[in-house]
Amino acid sequence: MVKRLSVLDANRCTGCQSCMFACSRRFGVGGLAHSAIHVRSVGGIEHGFVVIVCRACPNPPCAKVCPVDALKVREGGGVILDATKCIGCGFCAKSCPYGAIFWNEKENKPNICVYCGYCARYCPHDVIALEEVGEKIWTST
Amino acid sequence: MDEYLKNVLYIDLSRKKFWIEDRRNLFEEYLGGVGVASKILLEECPKNANPFGPENVIVFAVGPLNGLFPLASKTVACFKSPLTKFYGESHAGGRSAVAIRQAGYGAIVIKGESETPVYVAVHGKNVLFRDASALWGLRNSITVGRVLREIEGGAGVRTIMRIGVAGENLVTYASVNTETYRHFGRLGLGAVFGSKKLKALVVSGKMTIPVSNAREYRELYDKIYMTSIKSSVMRKYHDLGTASNIIPLNTIHALPSKNLKESSFEYAENISGERLAEKYLGRRVACAHCPVACIHLASLREPYITEPYFYKTTMISYDHELLYSLGSMIGVRDAEGVLKLIDEVEKWGIDAMMTGTVLAWMTEAYERGVVGESETLGLKLEWGSVGTYIKAIEYIVKRNNEFYKAASEGLDALSSRYGGKEFALSYGGNGMPGYHTGPGTHITYLTGARHSHLDSAGYSLDQETLKGKQLSEKEIAEKLFHEESWRQILSSLVVCFFSRGIYTPEIVCDALNILGYNFNEEELKRLGKKILRNKNDFREREGFNILDQKFPKRIFETPTPFGILEEKTLYESVKEFCNLLKDHS
Repeated sequence: MVKRLSVLDANRCTGCQSCMFACSRRFGVGGLAHSAIHVRSVGGIEHGFVVIVCRACPNPPCAKVCPVDALKVREGGGVILDATKCIGCGFCAKSCPYGAIFWNEKENKPNICVYCGYCARYCPHDVIALEEVGEKIWTST
Repeated sequence: MDEYLKNVLYIDLSRKKFWIEDRRNLFEEYLGGVGVASKILLEECPKNANPFGPENVIVFAVGPLNGLFPLASKTVACFKSPLTKFYGESHAGGRSAVAIRQAGYGAIVIKGESETPVYVAVHGKNVLFRDASALWGLRNSITVGRVLREIEGGAGVRTIMRIGVAGENLVTYASVNTETYRHFGRLGLGAVFGSKKLKALVVSGKMTIPVSNAREYRELYDKIYMTSIKSSVMRKYHDLGTASNIIPLNTIHALPSKNLKESSFEYAENISGERLAEKYLGRRVACAHCPVACIHLASLREPYITEPYFYKTTMISYDHELLYSLGSMIGVRDAEGVLKLIDEVEKWGIDAMMTGTVLAWMTEAYERGVVGESETLGLKLEWGSVGTYIKAIEYIVKRNNEFYKAASEGLDALSSRYGGKEFALSYGGNGMPGYHTGPGTHITYLTGARHSHLDSAGYSLDQETLKGKQLSEKEIAEKLFHEESWRQILSSLVVCFFSRGIYTPEIVCDALNILGYNFNEEELKRLGKKILRNKNDFREREGFNILDQKFPKRIFETPTPFGILEEKTLYESVKEFCNLLKDHS
């Protein structure tokens, strides 16, 4: 079975953004430019946080709108980016209803989740986890 | 050093101009944070500058570890303090440090003053001066954040630093609020913002910080991260938070109460971290890049008296220092009362600790008849009178008469005008923090570069000494001097002081070496002393002398865990500390 990232309980999120830093650190760098996961407040920190990450849709709109087939639908759900084909048009990011495609301004390419689960290893409060597709129903965003 | 840290963004509010300078040498010599900010302050702020004049500058600085390592979550601000009239330095977390670093800067310098209210938005290389006339005078500083959140970009990777009415009205201890629950709280940065007609500073960015050795970087990251979430070193901060100090301090008679007439408080349990966690804790949140999440938010549910079944629920952040200053120090007997007062100081944008010590002085002065109702405008200031205190805070912020105007200038202004200096708990003008643990803590307040308990943490030394052997005056001075020196390194990186047990000299050297710096532990410690001396140079240039400073009489009247403190021996330690600070060998 293929895997995807699941938001188990966003209410436990403290907004530390360790997951975001982990995602960029996969490339051996600091900062956040490469991150394919995003945490922000729900209109102010007093209301808690939203964790935005690719849900590995079985029928993903981002792949449908890519004019150069840079996004291939992954078997079981989600997409795989072929960066050599990508022309940086940004349609994919606009098409995602969750806003889960983030933009690397410097490279002018999308940050697409690769479902590796590296971020989840750095979540101190069990907010996110790597799960098999279809294993669990998301409880919240 | 990476290509971004060396960039210093200069913003001139008078001319509405900005430019970026490459200050590589400065960052190489002083790392970043306080090391760099204090040096820029010395460069940019002329001698005898009026803290409220266009010649005063605000320097925000971050350091090499921000954006790269966990717990490196703080920004340092340096300015000339309108409260003490000397060196001003204040730290805050939230998302400020990561945002400034990610916008591509090591420091942001704000100069001049605007004719009309403005706020400045820095989104990476875009720097925008925006009109803030419509935001000026808004009663609640939380609302300012709400408005800016809607109209500025960068959600999740930005900081929104803003002031409230206290800053606009130049209350000398007005604070700058960032991300609703964090503050550049002490020494009046909010009033410096106000004097420059600067309502807010928004900074955002998202970029790559390159690292030369990726494998070593990830390994050290993991080591620091795992220690921060697994070890007991950080447990105190994430379980009950710093509020866990209330009960132990009360038990050993070290919790300042009722303007330090007493060192324990009969209602301490009601305002303890345990009670707040049990009855009110609604959410725990973190600064960006901190897995610890020490920020504790209480959920306060209050009914509207005029309409049944109508409630409001407010999330209010609490910490030890607030439970002390707006709790035991002014005799507030229950958590709800303290939370209401915390919410009030948040709305106005005023330093909670200073406000508490001012209210405490006012209450004792009223009790003794030093001031009467003609001064207080009819307010009967009594210990624990929450409703009256809420009105008094408003009168202070609005500077309603001569008395409240003096109160808005601080403890020294009050006691020089009305007397009662002996019970004004002022250190160089700054209100006393929440520890009456023994000699160490008071020597810290007096000698520390910013008169903060965090300068050299004498409260911590006292509590260690209680368990071990007594220290001589000289030994106390040496320990505090070395602690304050080392903390200059931590606040140049800039890591949170709560992680001082994790960022040992060895770990700091390892982290810096991975980033291409060449420091050994000895060199770092020497640099710490140099930074501390630079800070002292600034305040001495402005006419400050540690040896002129006086301890408040009150601290020698109320027992500490060590019993009654002896004035002579404390001054001995201060003299020793001064010798160490001046010894440049």
